[in-house]
Amino acid sequence: MKLDAKIPGGPVQQKWDTRKFELKLVNPANKRKYKVLVVGSGLAGASAAASLAELGYQVECFCFQDSPRRAHSIAAQGGINAAKNYRNDGDSVWRLFYDTVKGGDFRAREANVYRLAQLSVNIIDQAVAQGVPFAREYGGLLDNRSFGGAQVSRTFYARGQTGQQLLLGAYAALSRQIGLGTVKMFPRTEMLDVVLVDGHAKGIVVRDLVTGEIRSHAADAVVLATGGYGNVFYLSTNAKGCNVTATWRAYKRGAGFANPCYTQIHPTCIPVSGEHQSKLTLMSESLRNDGRVWVPKAKGDKRAPGEIPDAERDYYLERKYPSFGNLAPRDIASRAAMQVCDEGRGIGDTGLGVYLDFRDSIARLGRDAIAARYGNLFHMYAKITAEDPYSRPMRIFPAVHYTMGGLWVDYDLQSTIPGLFVLGEANFSDHGANRLGASALMQGLADGYFVIPYTIGGYLAGQKAGAVKVDHPQFQVVAGEVAAMTKRLLQVQGKRTVDDFHKALGKIMWSKCGMARNERGLQQALREIPALREEFWRDVRVLGSERNLNQSLEKAGRVADFLEFGELMCRDALERRESCGGHFREEWQDDGEAKRDDENFCHAAVWEYTGPDQKPVRNAESLEFDNVHLAVRSYK
Amino acid sequence: MKVVLHIWRQTKRSTEQDHKQDGRMVRYELADVSPDMSFLEMLDVLNEHLIGRGEEPVAFDHDCREGICGSCGVVIDGVPHGPERGTTTCQLHMRSFQDGAEIWIEPWRAAAFPVVRDLVVDRSAFDRIVQAGAYISVNTGAPQDANAIPVPKADADRAFDAATCIGCGACVAACKNASAMLFVGAKVSHFAHLPQGRVERERRARNLVAAMDAEGFGNCTNQYECEAVCPKEIPVRVIAEMNREYLRAKVIEQPAGGKQIGGHG
Ligand SMILES: Cc1cc2nc3c(=O)[nH]c(=O)nc-3n(C[C@H](O)[C@H](O)[C@H](O)COP(=O)(O)OP(=O)(O)OC[C@H]3O[C@@H](n4cnc5c(N)ncnc54)[C@H](O)[C@@H]3O)c2cc1C
Ligand code: FES
Repeated sequence: MKLDAKIPGGPVQQKWDTRKFELKLVNPANKRKYKVLVVGSGLAGASAAASLAELGYQVECFCFQDSPRRAHSIAAQGGINAAKNYRNDGDSVWRLFYDTVKGGDFRAREANVYRLAQLSVNIIDQAVAQGVPFAREYGGLLDNRSFGGAQVSRTFYARGQTGQQLLLGAYAALSRQIGLGTVKMFPRTEMLDVVLVDGHAKGIVVRDLVTGEIRSHAADAVVLATGGYGNVFYLSTNAKGCNVTATWRAYKRGAGFANPCYTQIHPTCIPVSGEHQSKLTLMSESLRNDGRVWVPKAKGDKRAPGEIPDAERDYYLERKYPSFGNLAPRDIASRAAMQVCDEGRGIGDTGLGVYLDFRDSIARLGRDAIAARYGNLFHMYAKITAEDPYSRPMRIFPAVHYTMGGLWVDYDLQSTIPGLFVLGEANFSDHGANRLGASALMQGLADGYFVIPYTIGGYLAGQKAGAVKVDHPQFQVVAGEVAAMTKRLLQVQGKRTVDDFHKALGKIMWSKCGMARNERGLQQALREIPALREEFWRDVRVLGSERNLNQSLEKAGRVADFLEFGELMCRDALERRESCGGHFREEWQDDGEAKRDDENFCHAAVWEYTGPDQKPVRNAESLEFDNVHLAVRSYK
Repeated sequence: MKVVLHIWRQTKRSTEQDHKQDGRMVRYELADVSPDMSFLEMLDVLNEHLIGRGEEPVAFDHDCREGICGSCGVVIDGVPHGPERGTTTCQLHMRSFQDGAEIWIEPWRAAAFPVVRDLVVDRSAFDRIVQAGAYISVNTGAPQDANAIPVPKADADRAFDAATCIGCGACVAACKNASAMLFVGAKVSHFAHLPQGRVERERRARNLVAAMDAEGFGNCTNQYECEAVCPKEIPVRVIAEMNREYLRAKVIEQPAGGKQIGGHG
């Protein structure tokens, strides 16, 4: 597999300008002859589809929800970063770039991160012009708050619903184009494969989730913006429908999959309450602006939190990381929580929890100020736990939240399959081994609004418009394979439900490839997952037919892919014999802090599919750090 | 705890002529319910049992399960999203019900929302209304600096209060006229409070109202059931604001001889 990142030459500040100038342009009159398929309508997909249509391309956009407005991006709470420096507190494009490279534990590509920091400022301008109601101060100007891993206030927010408001902005732009007839929208439609013609992505095969019809769509290029794969763990903060199917099937057609083991475990989620649990709920990182994290100093202290005096509390983040305190990055905060629980100081019935306490900030700022900042989050917490976070500290625990790994892309966001572009959480690009809070929204929108509109032109300019049609024989071949797999799932007629298998996989992944990993556990997982997969194909029970709305069938296809993908994740975690960011190998640590091995692992691992049940090949893109000095990450 | 469920089961899509199709209420008993379960987790448990018995599971829409995507939504004991105020179906917990409760579960009922299957309805009418003009016509890349136009905090907050709509459709399901005025009012109000939105206000008000009528939603007769069930507690004042915007658009239209102003589609 050839990995050419196509990073432009010159100083990092000028690379994007250089690239934009180098890229060939498609003449405005010719644009409408090209068709682009955008799979996904989250921040990345909706912004891409709208922007490409504004430029004049014919666009078709797909999502599996009943409306593009419901993509998982809608659930993002806390905010979006931008190097506007409206606070005059020392922020700059360079600082955002630096924080992101460092936050990612030096496992991201510098050139991409710099571009992301540059574009961040345009995103806020764009969103405000669309009518996104960001929080404002009394002077009418935009307000900011701080997020983990940063010592400046650069996070823009709309109460605790920033993702919702940004997505509704992108959805409005998309809807405008749908109304104008330049985008054709296909909701409740699931992409089940990409179609390659002469090695280029020229279309997709989808299933209409209402009628069950398997259909082909041909185009000049395909954009995947299908989100992350955190649900491989079954329990995560992701929406129930999030899955790996689109990127996994592209991988099986030849797209390299980079760093699948990089998973973000978010430190502040509501703890699990029982076996029936179907998902985990995030309590936004923004809460750590005003909440203090603690556990009792003594083991097994079961007193109510209000009865534990300050002297007997351990504010362990403030103690261990005095300069960042409660705003230590996520991977570090999660591991610290796990440590205190391992020591027997965890709180709640299960001992798997820590407190996030607002007592002091309520005393300082008043209840109303706290309600104005976090009202909807407090409301959500109270609904789920039946406890009042204004009077009793929240109980929180780490949970799977985000996946930094994804399909490998070059600087133009093109995968190893020509004509197949990947945006947003679905690609691997900008966050290295750990993503900083409020940076995923920024990346999705930078990719969709400001990168793909330029880079796709560079590809299309070299392609003859409309050269491939759905009557090309390759579409029939792929559609046949898709239909066969759907049938096969219904024909097993075994005894165990799809959810049952998914939960079993989730348990393996969480215990052996979760917050801490080691050689023995990963080796075990690599035996257990194939066995579970084999059992799935022998004993899964999917009822009903493929010719109508069948939610079990949809789930079954996704879980079948997770059962293959989980194995690749464990393999990647095993082969990366170092700790970095969210990937913590117990064998490589310094007193509980991740210990990188830059000599051997300063690269992105890119996996290449070699056939069913064959060992995939591990390729590497080596990472150069010319601007941010490779150093041990410290937040102390 | 134990519950008895009566759930609407329907396999064929509703049509204009036949909204009910093969639909009927089916009774199920469920014994292993925990008060900490969410309502949808309770349905998950039911579905696992049904599959075990070889019966097809109940179809229902859901995704985020935290009250923000607007996917979920069923009528519970006659009330969209059930007994708790300011709550989506996915945020409802079984602790809100008594042990031994009998619970009636039905899909949204409105001509503009045909049932697709069981509890799943087709709400694409909402998307089409948005496509008719619930946006600001701005292309990517054109805008000036975000702080160039200050927006008074009170206006930004009021815009937000309307923009928080999740498009679930409970307002329509609650209304005896199946009116979509709260949904459309929220869109109009969101933009009307922002300077960026005012440029196209007349066109927006006219187009949204026309689209709403074309989709077959009913009229508002001031019952305010919509506000009572809205999981985001969007106030009915947005309907008054919409009416004002619409009237204003009509008044302005006349002297201009019906000519459209503000923007280019
Ligand atoms: C609870 C929560 C809170 C968060 N808060 C923040 C925050 O405050 N700040 C921040 O920066 N980030 C946050 N994140 C992360 C961020 O929300 C996501 O990373 C980001 O929104 C992903 O956007 P996306 O466009 O890449 O994908 P998504 O929004 O996940 O969209 C994926 C799209 O692809 C479609 N799709 C997927 N597969 C298929 C298929 N096979 N066929 C057809 N369509 C398909 C889906 O229908 C959907 O439209 C949060 C995440 C979670 C879980
Ligand atoms: S499932 Fe998203 S609002 Fe209920």
